[in-house]
Amino acid sequence: MNETVNFLVYLAMGLNLLALGSSRLPTIIWAMAVQGVALGIMPMFIEPDFNWHLGLIVVATVAGKGVVIPSLLRRAMRAANIDREMEPFISFVPSLLLGAGGTVAAFAAVRFLPLLPEHAHTLFLPGALASVLTGFVLLIGRVKAISQVCGYLILENGIYLFGLLLIRAMPLLVEAGILLDLTVAVFVIGIIVDRIQRAFDSLDTRKLTALHE
Amino acid sequence: MKELLLIFVPMAGAALAAVWPSNRTRPWLLPVVGFAHVVLTFWLMVDPPTVAANAWFGFDPIARAVLPAVSLLFLVCAMYSVPYLRLRSERPNRVFVSTLLLVLGLLSAGHQARHLGLLWIATEAVTLATVPLLHFNNTPRAFEATWKYLLVGGTGIALSLLGSLCLGYASLHGGGSGDLTFTALIAQGAGLSRPWVLIAWVLLLVGYGTKMGLAPMHTWKPDAYGEAPSIVGAIMAGGVTTVAFTAILRVRSVISAAGEGAAASRTLLAIGLFSMLVSALMLLGTRDFKRMLAYSSIEHMGILSIGAALGTAGVWAALFHVWSNGLTKGALFLSAGNIRRAAGARTVDEVSGMAVLTPRSAAIFVVGMFAITALPPFSPFFSEIRVVRAAFETRHGAAAGMFLAFLLFTFFGMTRLVFAVVDGRPRTATKTVGRHFPETAGVIFPPLLLMGISLWLGLWTPAVLRDSWTAAVAQLFSIK
Repeated sequence: MNETVNFLVYLAMGLNLLALGSSRLPTIIWAMAVQGVALGIMPMFIEPDFNWHLGLIVVATVAGKGVVIPSLLRRAMRAANIDREMEPFISFVPSLLLGAGGTVAAFAAVRFLPLLPEHAHTLFLPGALASVLTGFVLLIGRVKAISQVCGYLILENGIYLFGLLLIRAMPLLVEAGILLDLTVAVFVIGIIVDRIQRAFDSLDTRKLTALHE
Repeated sequence: MKELLLIFVPMAGAALAAVWPSNRTRPWLLPVVGFAHVVLTFWLMVDPPTVAANAWFGFDPIARAVLPAVSLLFLVCAMYSVPYLRLRSERPNRVFVSTLLLVLGLLSAGHQARHLGLLWIATEAVTLATVPLLHFNNTPRAFEATWKYLLVGGTGIALSLLGSLCLGYASLHGGGSGDLTFTALIAQGAGLSRPWVLIAWVLLLVGYGTKMGLAPMHTWKPDAYGEAPSIVGAIMAGGVTTVAFTAILRVRSVISAAGEGAAASRTLLAIGLFSMLVSALMLLGTRDFKRMLAYSSIEHMGILSIGAALGTAGVWAALFHVWSNGLTKGALFLSAGNIRRAAGARTVDEVSGMAVLTPRSAAIFVVGMFAITALPPFSPFFSEIRVVRAAFETRHGAAAGMFLAFLLFTFFGMTRLVFAVVDGRPRTATKTVGRHFPETAGVIFPPLLLMGISLWLGLWTPAVLRDSWTAAVAQLFSIK
């Protein structure tokens, strides 16, 4: 059981690096979607007794992170007629190095944090930290709105991974609220992307500079 | 029961607005619901209900100390919105009216949330609900501001969720049962795992600080307030930021119970002073009078944060300042909205001599500016002087000195801008626009009313308000 979970976390970390190193938007969206599915099915391997509450979380997460959001993003990408990140603020090799360094640092940082005995040999925490860092690098370093949204989602994936540590203790309401909010957030961002595209004829956030001071 | 009505009445109003057929009569729903909300909150304030210790929701002393201010501000803005939306009759207002009511309901939920997760959900929902309000003007600049707001605000909200999870883990690691109500977390106190508590505090402060608009997480604020309609600016500056501030206060009481109160106070003081510094510098440079209000809001969030760092007297002053800042800033936003509409522009390069074109709004704008820069006898003066006194009482003389110096710079920055707009001769370009903007009672009375309340709060602070602030301080510092 533990090996499967650890494998999924390693997979998520690898996908982080793929998202950081790629200039093609479909690749980033794909990496994010696969990461979402990998995290979404994880509760099945953590909890020995499977119940409907857990099933609901798994289905909602996989559908949201793996299907609905990626297809929304692909639609936005087609509407804007772009599929490449041309001139990011932080280019691909430095972002990869930042991501790799961040992952190593995440493993190092975990030694200083006290964990419950049952979490001590899992990779949730380094995985979560690595994803949060990756999300930040994408949010700051990319200029295309879609890449920034992907960065935001990878950041959210990291937070979800951390939330798995608390899955037994947190009441249903909190979990449901988190999923709902995530979906709505991206939905709204999707609308905005669409509007920006109509207003600026591009998805380049560098053109959003009228308000500079 | 009444405390749940505070949430459901605005939500029902929002649903009604969504199906209301007429664009012309729909805005009247805002003052009607706003009035019902004010009646309910003030009733609850005078006759506070008992809240069960483990309740997830409740009109507890903290909600009682600040929610009536938000409610009152909303009512006055709702009164202003009727003539405003009539002026903007070319734009459909279905989404605007219903999301504004939704925001009121969610703000009531956020102020009353006594559960870490519920508080987060309410704050996140408010963030999303304000999006349609920000791009009501439908201009490319408004889109840009909305995009920045979503990206910065969304990241902030994500970090506050991470912080909430860390606090949850601190409780779990300390042997907690996973009960995330603030009462349970405070009861666990020193049992919470220290390293996790500190990480949670940093993340929650950055997260909710982003919503409050504390520097350096303030970058969305000038754009959002500059591009949004002035009622939206007023409600965000006085209501949405308040929910984030109460969130920080509630979290802080947990951190103090865990024994890290001193560290929390130090960070609050530092971030507050930094916010005041940043806003003072920006105010000396900006040429746009709507962005000026955003920088002024950053300054006042800094003051709240400093107050929160200065012990019981400081928190009391900060709660007072929530009222005085929200209501006075509301008057400034509404009168600035009038001036902006009459002039058709918002920078000092394009606008001057508004004392001639819109004498009443210009007068309120000037008086409001003096009030918000802490000139007596308006209430910001009294709340800020209490912050200074609390600083000296707690031996933070250097902080008090910096506080006063930043206030002085802010005063220079704001007077420079306000008098450039009000004084002088009207530009020829604005004269033609000006004729289409009569200063009717509908757009003058609301800001005037807010100034009146600000004066009243300063000179004759009602005993029931003082009691409510004292009760909130007692709850936050667990004084029996």
